[in-house]
Amino acid sequence: MILHELISYETLRVIWWVLLGVLLIGFAVMDGGDIGSATLLPFVAKDDVERRVVINAVGPVWEGNQVWLILGGGAIFAAWPPLYAVSFSGFYLAMFAILFALILRPVGFKYRSTRESASWRNGWDWALFVGGVVPALVMGVAVGNVLQGVPFRLDSDLRVFYEGTTLFELLNPFGLLCGLLSVAMLVMHGAAWLVLKSEGPVAVRSRTYGTIAAFLTVVLFALGGLWLWLGIDGYRITSEVVTGGPSNPLAKTVEVAPGVWFENYARHPWMMIAPILGFAGALGCLAFLRARSEVPAVLASTVSILGIISTVGLSMFPFILPSTIDPKSSLTVWDASSSHLTLFIMLVVTGIFIPLVASYTTWVYRVLWGKVDAEAIRDGSGHAY
Amino acid sequence: MELDIVALSRLQFALTALYHFLFVPLTLGLSVLLAIMETVYVMTGRPIWRQMTKFWGKLFGINFVLGVATGIVMEFQFGMNWSYYSHYVGDIFGAPLAIEGLMAFFLEATFVGLFFFGWDKLSKVGHLISTWAVALGSNFSALWILIANGWMQNPVGSAFNPETMRMEVADFYAVLFNPVAQAKFVHTVSAGYVTAAIFVLGVSAWYMLKNRYPELAKRSMTVAASFGLAASLSVVVLGDESGYLSTEHQKMKLAAIEAMWETEPAPAAFTLFGFPDQAARETHYAVKIPWVMGLIGTRTLTQEIPGIDELVVRAEERIRRGITAFDALQQIRAAGVVSKVAPEVRSAFEDNGHDLGYALLLKRFVDDPRQASAEDIRKAAWDTVPHVPTLFWSFRVMVGLGFFFIALTSVFFYLSARRRLDRYPGLLRLAVFAIPLPWIAAEFGWIVAEFGRQPWIIEGVLPTAAAVSNLGATTVLFTLLGFALIYTILIVIEMALMVRAIRKGPEPDEEPEAELVPRSLVAAE
Repeated sequence: MILHELISYETLRVIWWVLLGVLLIGFAVMDGGDIGSATLLPFVAKDDVERRVVINAVGPVWEGNQVWLILGGGAIFAAWPPLYAVSFSGFYLAMFAILFALILRPVGFKYRSTRESASWRNGWDWALFVGGVVPALVMGVAVGNVLQGVPFRLDSDLRVFYEGTTLFELLNPFGLLCGLLSVAMLVMHGAAWLVLKSEGPVAVRSRTYGTIAAFLTVVLFALGGLWLWLGIDGYRITSEVVTGGPSNPLAKTVEVAPGVWFENYARHPWMMIAPILGFAGALGCLAFLRARSEVPAVLASTVSILGIISTVGLSMFPFILPSTIDPKSSLTVWDASSSHLTLFIMLVVTGIFIPLVASYTTWVYRVLWGKVDAEAIRDGSGHAY
Repeated sequence: MELDIVALSRLQFALTALYHFLFVPLTLGLSVLLAIMETVYVMTGRPIWRQMTKFWGKLFGINFVLGVATGIVMEFQFGMNWSYYSHYVGDIFGAPLAIEGLMAFFLEATFVGLFFFGWDKLSKVGHLISTWAVALGSNFSALWILIANGWMQNPVGSAFNPETMRMEVADFYAVLFNPVAQAKFVHTVSAGYVTAAIFVLGVSAWYMLKNRYPELAKRSMTVAASFGLAASLSVVVLGDESGYLSTEHQKMKLAAIEAMWETEPAPAAFTLFGFPDQAARETHYAVKIPWVMGLIGTRTLTQEIPGIDELVVRAEERIRRGITAFDALQQIRAAGVVSKVAPEVRSAFEDNGHDLGYALLLKRFVDDPRQASAEDIRKAAWDTVPHVPTLFWSFRVMVGLGFFFIALTSVFFYLSARRRLDRYPGLLRLAVFAIPLPWIAAEFGWIVAEFGRQPWIIEGVLPTAAAVSNLGATTVLFTLLGFALIYTILIVIEMALMVRAIRKGPEPDEEPEAELVPRSLVAAE
């Protein structure tokens, strides 16, 4: 195997850092709409038929969309094993909360309609709400903590020691702010999707909630940026930066200083496009929802998600997971990846399958295009849930 | 077993994996059966086959969703509870998991929506393609997860890198075409087909006994019996292939399955029955069949199969070589770069590096394996013996059931060929009672494969005890109880919904008298 030498280790690491972003954005855009819709379920839909409209708006596609999350886990494992090892074990109870909520979601979608009883259905509606809001909140909180750094260290065998004590440590003010931003962002996206897929009262309420969520997304994103600027220290590599060396985080030295998370924008002003898209997308979504332009609203919220998640990644580059208690243990793009060969193989595989997945997913969305028909739900024809 | 972090993490993994594997086999097999039924519908145009596809599809859906829900847990748990494992082998093990998502889960999960929602939105052929995509996707996922698991049993194509302190891929083709993975894939997928076949056979037999939906039941039984017969033959043959490969790669597992304490002169006898005693290191009341074990294990009459005692002696030698490798590794790491160390240290590592994992077995007794006493080494060598009675019995239950499935599906295959499916209520009742058996066989199969790998998480490379995350025992106990709670609630709901759906039976098709309608008219609908 010498083929992989064609692309340098450094380039492959940058590509896989971009792909990590693509996967997270892919998940937030594709499954985020389902998560947002589930969060909105108790609020935009009052009676059983309305709730089934919401559920059937995401019913045929959520399963495929959820694969973005599973792929995200798998790809982090394959391309960034230390990141997978540290973050999943460090955020152990937070991950458990996400898993618990995500177990409820598939079952909620599938089992709710199998029985007529109102209390049965009501119970599953709340399960779906939990399956939406908990992952949205916890994932945002996790990102907020990553920006502040996480209390872990690596010993010389590269074994992870996480020194955080409780789950509540994660729920610090900045973490919570990021969690709320995440909820607002995904609710905006889910609402735009529901407006596109429904008619009548569900669409009207979704438009209202979507407008509020888009507004909150703008406010919380701005607040988060300000807070990061004023109150949160960033991380900087102080030793010589070796971009093609072995993946061992302990070989470098790191300092912590205020304002470092904004240095990349000064050095590469083009990166400003990410936060601009974050704001513009949310404002656009707000405007399109009010103007009743359904498809543009979904596209605008997609742009907003892309911008917001990219902003986090670009601010931290080359850091992926900074450590508060032992800064040199921090994981960066240059020392937390798989081997040169694995990154290359995975790039080839991804290059083959992502276009394939994108094309059949597009086809499936085309087949399912159109509004959910409340009448058909009422007379029980043509809908599975 | 004391409830330390290792025991709790293993317990949680076993619980979630065994639970996940309650839903996977049926998904694997039933998706293919659905695709076959719908193919018959598209080719003949007879609506009863569409009705069958929809009915079994409904049961498929109830089962599928829990497979999805519990599958996410599996994907995340390596990082959560086995973080040193994730660091140590992620370079190799992560790739098949990611490819599984890209190649299999997307296909399966994207088209499963169309399977349920697309009946009115797609052409006949379009819907059929969706159904086959689901079947293909679920079977691909089995392929990739077993490539990952096969590597845990037989870690080929990789080498330890002292600079990154982990295993790294050296030859991806070797990982991909690992013989253990290939045998396991066909064995596991066939087991899934058997599960679905027995399920369809049993439920249909129940309808026959109640004289409900005889047309649907008869056709379903015919498909299930032939599919099940082929699958159960394959499951036993490939199980045998797995056994043969264990002789090569996991001699200890094989010896433990057979409770073969001492090396016997070739060809070894097969212990049909007996009571293995781990403490006394012998098997009481053993009933042996001469030659059979030698034939299964080596496919010769002359090659010896090593017994447990001999393998422990070999393990002791490997631990000593592992200590040499460990010592060399420490010197390499102290020097910083491999090129700086003395050539004899480098060659000591190169010659003994493959046994490095054996030195890590000593970590249970001493912090630094180089300080281990002869007694520690002896104890660590005996640690390489898995729990013999568990393996001995799990294996025998699994194999016994395998042969029963061949017999059962053969009988029904014969009856369906002679069009006598409804003649023997006793046999129909037997088929109903057989429904849970494939699950029992599959779960015992998991125990043989994974419990039999202990004390290794990666055979010969990394001990399970070293692979675990540094979490508090109470934390893991909490999540273990949490999973146990929600999984118990969900299985009760799932079984109740399954039984309800079966009692309710298929939805009436738009054309119930379809069979009387000439084919040309049906095709023109």
